[in-house]
Amino acid sequence: MTIEYTSTESYNLPDERGHFGPYGGVFVAETLMYPIQELRDAYYRYMKDPEFLAELDYDLKHYVGRPSPIYYAERLSSMLGGAQVFFKREDLNHTGAHKVNNTVGQALLAKRMGKQRVIAETGAGQHGVATATVAARLGMECVVYMGAVDVERQALNVFRMKLLGATVVPVESGSKTLKDALNEAMRDWVTNVDNTFYIIGTVAGPHPYPAMVRDFQAVIGREARQQMKELTGSLPDALVACVGGGSNAIGLFYPFINEHGVAMYGVEAAGEGIATGRHSAPLSAGKPGVLHGNRTYLMEDEDGEIIETHSISAGLDYPGVGPEHSWLKDSGRATYVSITDDEAMEAFHTLTRIEGIIPALESSHAVAYAMKLAPTMSKDQKILVNLSGRGDKDINTIARREGITL
Amino acid sequence: MSRLTAKFQTLKQANRKALIPFITAGDPHPDFTVPAMHAMVEAGADIIELGVPFSDPMADGPVIQKASERALLHKMSLRRVLDMVEKFRSNDSETPVVLMGYLNPVECMGYRAFVDRARSAGVDGVLTVDMPPEESSDLLSLLEQAGIDPIFLLAPNSTDERIRKMGQLGRGYLYYVSLKGVTGASHLDLSDVRRKLSEIRALTDLPLGVGFGVKNAEIAATISKFADAVVVGSALVEKIEVARGDSGRALNDIVDLLKSMRTAMDASF
Repeated sequence: MTIEYTSTESYNLPDERGHFGPYGGVFVAETLMYPIQELRDAYYRYMKDPEFLAELDYDLKHYVGRPSPIYYAERLSSMLGGAQVFFKREDLNHTGAHKVNNTVGQALLAKRMGKQRVIAETGAGQHGVATATVAARLGMECVVYMGAVDVERQALNVFRMKLLGATVVPVESGSKTLKDALNEAMRDWVTNVDNTFYIIGTVAGPHPYPAMVRDFQAVIGREARQQMKELTGSLPDALVACVGGGSNAIGLFYPFINEHGVAMYGVEAAGEGIATGRHSAPLSAGKPGVLHGNRTYLMEDEDGEIIETHSISAGLDYPGVGPEHSWLKDSGRATYVSITDDEAMEAFHTLTRIEGIIPALESSHAVAYAMKLAPTMSKDQKILVNLSGRGDKDINTIARREGITL
Repeated sequence: MSRLTAKFQTLKQANRKALIPFITAGDPHPDFTVPAMHAMVEAGADIIELGVPFSDPMADGPVIQKASERALLHKMSLRRVLDMVEKFRSNDSETPVVLMGYLNPVECMGYRAFVDRARSAGVDGVLTVDMPPEESSDLLSLLEQAGIDPIFLLAPNSTDERIRKMGQLGRGYLYYVSLKGVTGASHLDLSDVRRKLSEIRALTDLPLGVGFGVKNAEIAATISKFADAVVVGSALVEKIEVARGDSGRALNDIVDLLKSMRTAMDASF
């Protein structure tokens, strides 16, 4: 699909019905239209409410630990011999990733709307943990849907969620992974619409989720703009972030969209390689379709059935992507690239050994691309990488892959 | 006049209510579907809703989810469902057929290609669960040109404004989802259904079908007192599931359930 390039000088997407160009929208069954409208009204109202925003800021500061620092990776930069590499340290947040920025926000919204029960879907378990965490703090009932395959491979996070008081429901339908967990959470929501708030973990789903999750995650980019100016005197030349559903990437990109001097790179999971078909890279190798309430790039077969994805990183193992990324791709404002499992592993080890930072496997994809990009740029240029999560949760996966028994 | 509208007129003159069975195309096997459609008509079905299998059936409960999975194992696809309708049509030019499914297979095939093929195959109505009217203008105009009726869902929490909108955009009939939940759920409150249906009638003249939670002849008969059509899906699909690939048994059980519903519905007048 070719779309006329539109200036993002006064970027104001989505429109009131949630469209980013041809993407986004509200594609759900009729029973969900009412709760979605209720949510949209609350979101529009509270995102302009000074009292709500003050409470959110307070929680982000005192509970999450924001602002997260910017770290200048001096050794990595000199090793790469090109652009200087900086990291936005979302891995230092409470619960270990950027996910909590959004769950704190949505849970506050749920509280304002009088919903006593929250539900969530999770893949790697980070969003599930972040949801269970805020539910524990606010005394809410919490049910997390997780594909049965992911329950097996992310046992540590399952246990964390249970410790936090959440009920974890293994989903046995379909491919038993993240997309099926999302289906099951939608089914729960449609059944319990009156008392339940669905906390979606990424910038996908029906409007207002893509815009709302972006707005909660945009704190990453807002802080980063100011911090880069303070630390280096100017904005970075390039931003790099991994993209599964794309919430950490949008959170970083959004406050920079109107800055045309700042290039933006979203990094998808190429798995075993795009050519093998075993990957999770809808923007690189998929086509537009409709899934989980919005129109966006998808991985599907020739009949429109959603196909199974593959990535070493459970958090990137999703056949769709947030609709705003689809729009940023088509409009040319952002560039989407992909990194294989092997390249991500190599970056994981490099960052761990060179900088003493153990990154999540998701974030390792962004690090790997930055390692390719930096040598093509000059030494007076700057790359800001979103280090979206820490790698503690991945230790078992990495040990297993390398044949080590813990 | 569309085959669906004509059917509802004929039924009204005969003082009968429509019985609409739903099965998933290709479940448990592609060879099962067309003979089952004919058998259901024999057993008293007035209209057939044919489910198009989809990998991610978000609005369906476990029974229809598994039906989709069984059908997809046999590589069922939207194109093959359309072939089945054409085959059914070659022996039955009377019974309206409504395709029920999700939007993505239609998006993938392309709206125009889908509508052209649906018309040539003899499809009468299209119900796309995850395509509310706000997002459907392109497909709606193509369906209208082709004389295919778009069927919309209404829910217990649909506002008056939305009911009016569906009444204006919908053709054939409106499908009232009788409860907040997924297909096959079991907490149906019939007095709530009756109350909501009378509210809907005040806002639209389209015939009203009721589905989700219609498990047996008794519920079907009660609903037929205030609705124009009774839709039965999961209860039939469950017969296919428990027959475990024994097509003869599945077909017998489906026919028996439909006959009992037909008898009970007709006796309630």
